[in-house]
Amino acid sequence: MKLIVAIIKPFKLDDVREALHDVDVHGMTVTESKGFGRQKGHTEIYRGAEYAIEFLPKIRLEIAVSDDKVETVVEAIGSAARTGKIGDGKIFVMPVEDAIRIRTEETGDVAL
Amino acid sequence: MEQITQVSYALDTFYFLMSGALVMWMAAGFTMLEAGLVRSKNTTEILAKNVGLFAIASIMYMLVGYNVMYGEAINAYIPGISFLLGGDNAVADVMASGGDIYYSSMSDFFFQVVFVATAMSVVSGAVAERMKLMSFFVFAIILTGFIYPVQGMWTWGGGFLSELGFSDFAGSGIVHMTGAAAALAGVLVLGARKGKYGPNGEVRAITGANMPLAALGTFILWLGWFGFNGGSQLQLSTIENANAVAMIFVNTNMAAAGGVIGAMIVSKILFGKVDLTMILNGALAGLVAITADPLSPAPLSATLIGLAGGVIVVFAILFMDNKLKIDDPVGAISVHGIVGIWGLIAVTFNNADATITSQLIGIVAIFAWVFIASLIVWSIIKAVMGVRVTEEQEYEGVDQSECGMEAYPEFTNK
Repeated sequence: MKLIVAIIKPFKLDDVREALHDVDVHGMTVTESKGFGRQKGHTEIYRGAEYAIEFLPKIRLEIAVSDDKVETVVEAIGSAARTGKIGDGKIFVMPVEDAIRIRTEETGDVAL
Repeated sequence: MEQITQVSYALDTFYFLMSGALVMWMAAGFTMLEAGLVRSKNTTEILAKNVGLFAIASIMYMLVGYNVMYGEAINAYIPGISFLLGGDNAVADVMASGGDIYYSSMSDFFFQVVFVATAMSVVSGAVAERMKLMSFFVFAIILTGFIYPVQGMWTWGGGFLSELGFSDFAGSGIVHMTGAAAALAGVLVLGARKGKYGPNGEVRAITGANMPLAALGTFILWLGWFGFNGGSQLQLSTIENANAVAMIFVNTNMAAAGGVIGAMIVSKILFGKVDLTMILNGALAGLVAITADPLSPAPLSATLIGLAGGVIVVFAILFMDNKLKIDDPVGAISVHGIVGIWGLIAVTFNNADATITSQLIGIVAIFAWVFIASLIVWSIIKAVMGVRVTEEQEYEGVDQSECGMEAYPEFTNK
């Protein structure tokens, strides 16, 4: 079992959700987040004084999947979120020890 | 004939009252403009401040201010002092006056009281986000009861400035520059907001929380200004007066429009972008500029006076911010003070009765009195009760320290 964490551009969220739906992913957690990488921030101006927006708004997706689906899901997120321009984001894959569905107390892959 | 006198008295009184009600609504305009240009953590306090100052101005002006300004004066420089309002005009007196008494004296009080509240509203934006609320209210008592009425008596109360020929139709100087001079003194005593200037004096942007509110506030002020300038004609019920009022409405609107364009062009050239807050200040600058004489100029001329006001205000704000390091979050000192002075000078372009000498004497006299008196009062308040919240309170926001309540509590309490 793996946890896939993806940081994507906010306007790509709908595309990514649809792509994931198409590969049979039926659950995810989405967080509005801020950060910077190579894209860096930009400057704005207010009453003649420039100020820097150092942290850009991003969307953070968290999806837990069984080991056999990791490759498809990563591929789906990557192709849906890609614009080819700087700031498209990153995908992290990390191991997960277990998962428990609270309602039924099921564990393991069936709980996903 | 008696019927006509009755009707015209009623009409002029009605016009005066409705103009006053429009000016009262400017309090809402200032409130929204200021609420938009401060940070969200200081919103409740700025709302409380604006509501409170309006109430204080109303009460102080009834108790003493109106009589200081329009009562028996000791001489042309020193007003007398008396308290509370007298009775209204008797019917027989109005009939016997042959048209000299043409509106209710209570309507006159009402129209004047909303002006003093406007002057005080100018102060609140400049000292926003760091002043103790009660200290501000104590100053409001002194300004609206004494400082404003004394200089008001000099011109509108028949004092030495009016004898000198100083011309200020609706109050570019008497109302707006007065508010700005008191605000300037306050900011000098108070200091800049923490974080406004870096260690090497670099200017940092402290962005306002809500641009829609700032824009709404500006439109409300623009609307209210038709009462401010239009009502200052004092009479409607003759063809001549009706024409004058219409001219004033047109010129007031044209000047605001010119101010927007002036500020927009300068902002685009200087920053490469159209800064909304500067345009809003530009609209108000146009209005302040035309207030000293909204009747004499032709509409095109009024547009240009307003446009110049809009150009001046952007440079004035940058000069205050960058060179003088005077931190005025809403630009009130520039809009109402610097442009108020411009408006008073511009009177001489179109009004043959006004001379540059009398205008300059008026500007210096009013500014010196209000600034020095305010500086003394602010300093006393600072010594007795303090003017500034602590650094920690300023960081947390004055909503918490002064009002114990946030403007948008669901962000934190859900």
